Amino acid sequence: MKPLPSDSTIEMKDAIGTVKSTAKSLSGGFAVAEAMRQTNPDVVACYPITPSTLVVEKFSELVANGEVDTEFVAVESEHSALSACLAATAAGVRSQTASSSQGLAYMWEVLYAVSGLRLPVVLHCANRALSAPINIHGDHTDTMGARDSGWIQLYAENPQEAYDNALAAVRIAEHPDVLLPVLGSQDGYTVTHSVERVDVLPDKEVKKFVGQYTPKSALLDIENPVTFGPLVSPKHAFELKLQGIEAMSRAEDVIDSIGEEFAFLTGRPLDSVELYRMEDAELVMVVIGSVAGTARVAIDRLRSDGTKAGLLKIRSYRPFPSTRICEVLGGKKAVAVLDRALSPGAPYSPLYTDICAALYSHGVILPLASFVHGIGGRDTYPKQIIEAFQRIEEKLKVGESMNQTEYLGIT
Amino acid sequence: MNPQKKFIAAPGGIIPNPGNTADRQTGDWRVERPVIDMERCTHCMICWIYCPDSAIVAKEGRFIEFDLVHCKGCGICAEECPPNCIDMIEELTFQNINGTSGDEQ
Repeated sequence: MKPLPSDSTIEMKDAIGTVKSTAKSLSGGFAVAEAMRQTNPDVVACYPITPSTLVVEKFSELVANGEVDTEFVAVESEHSALSACLAATAAGVRSQTASSSQGLAYMWEVLYAVSGLRLPVVLHCANRALSAPINIHGDHTDTMGARDSGWIQLYAENPQEAYDNALAAVRIAEHPDVLLPVLGSQDGYTVTHSVERVDVLPDKEVKKFVGQYTPKSALLDIENPVTFGPLVSPKHAFELKLQGIEAMSRAEDVIDSIGEEFAFLTGRPLDSVELYRMEDAELVMVVIGSVAGTARVAIDRLRSDGTKAGLLKIRSYRPFPSTRICEVLGGKKAVAVLDRALSPGAPYSPLYTDICAALYSHGVILPLASFVHGIGGRDTYPKQIIEAFQRIEEKLKVGESMNQTEYLGIT
Repeated sequence: MNPQKKFIAAPGGIIPNPGNTADRQTGDWRVERPVIDMERCTHCMICWIYCPDSAIVAKEGRFIEFDLVHCKGCGICAEECPPNCIDMIEELTFQNINGTSGDEQ
């Protein structure tokens, strides 16, 4: 493994935030490992799986070199990795893990245990298709499947966002109004293995930003003994699960306020949704993940040809910022939702379903088209997005229904 | 016995006050209730030793009563009683199933 190119770093001259960052060339995986190095979690338990392996191998190297104080637990499976994190956080320390695809699937039952116990574990996920057919490339089927597991889900578009989300995740998870685990996602290969400029905060600023983890209850606090994970009867279980729902809804404000704090440091806002050329947009595409960059290029080209196109990128998928989305989409001529996951037998893919439910429940009724792209790591090109917009325009013109999901880039 | 205190769920179902079973109704799934014939009881306290739920109330080495808030009706006391003076009687034959006021259900 090559060392981080720290010798080739350049000083940022155009920093907007109050803190001077250092620009480094990092892949998404290494960017997360860098954030983990700066966060210096007490426990990291991982089982490597492509494409999240970059995170794990870089971080274990940092541990071996003594650059972090972390207790690295090299477990024999992902089920054990998340179980070790659960136990460590219940014991009273900060823990993190990383995984992808089958690894995340193998963590499944522990995902619900972590969120149900309200333990602020942070999981760095590199999105990858689920077998079969076996495929190591990116799509969102793995994390979309985990959307009901009670974890906050943040999606990164590029290595910079992967780094930013990895730092913000710690604060969001541990916020006393939230106390929920956070899953930070980035598209396998497209983000994890793409080396881009990443503005890295100084170590001491990150240390200040993430602060100390001070749990309210901890198993190793022997002065104040508590019981974690008792059997809960039907008498109380419903209310306990509802507490998780309430925490998730409080997380919307927490994500915004921590995003503002982060923006003050870095100049980069961490909004739950990001808008591009939306002010006068008539046709809007809603996307999640790395395809946002491709969509921006497509929208610029459409704009130069006179089509008023705009982009809404979802950064926080859970909690789903319904109100904000409805404010932004209300009054548009048509909206196209671009999913990167399949939900066989469901009316539509997950993101479309969520957007549809959010709009309908807020009384925003407009033509809503469903597109699915990038399954099994298939590339998506600006041309395909432009054509998708053009088909919507055409259908609007002739008054044709848009209720059939279209699959982009299939041969 | 202690009246039922209001249950306030800590986030995550964490129990911040260990040993709180004394305050909780844990005997509400009992099917059979132990009934003692005090005339034959020798106060040997074998039942007190064997009871897995500490539901035998004793005072100065003598049997006083069953704690029906916590007794789950396992019948070990009846099984072990040397003079055989404890019978297990179906709960349905009693008016009050819980050994408490019966209003909580």
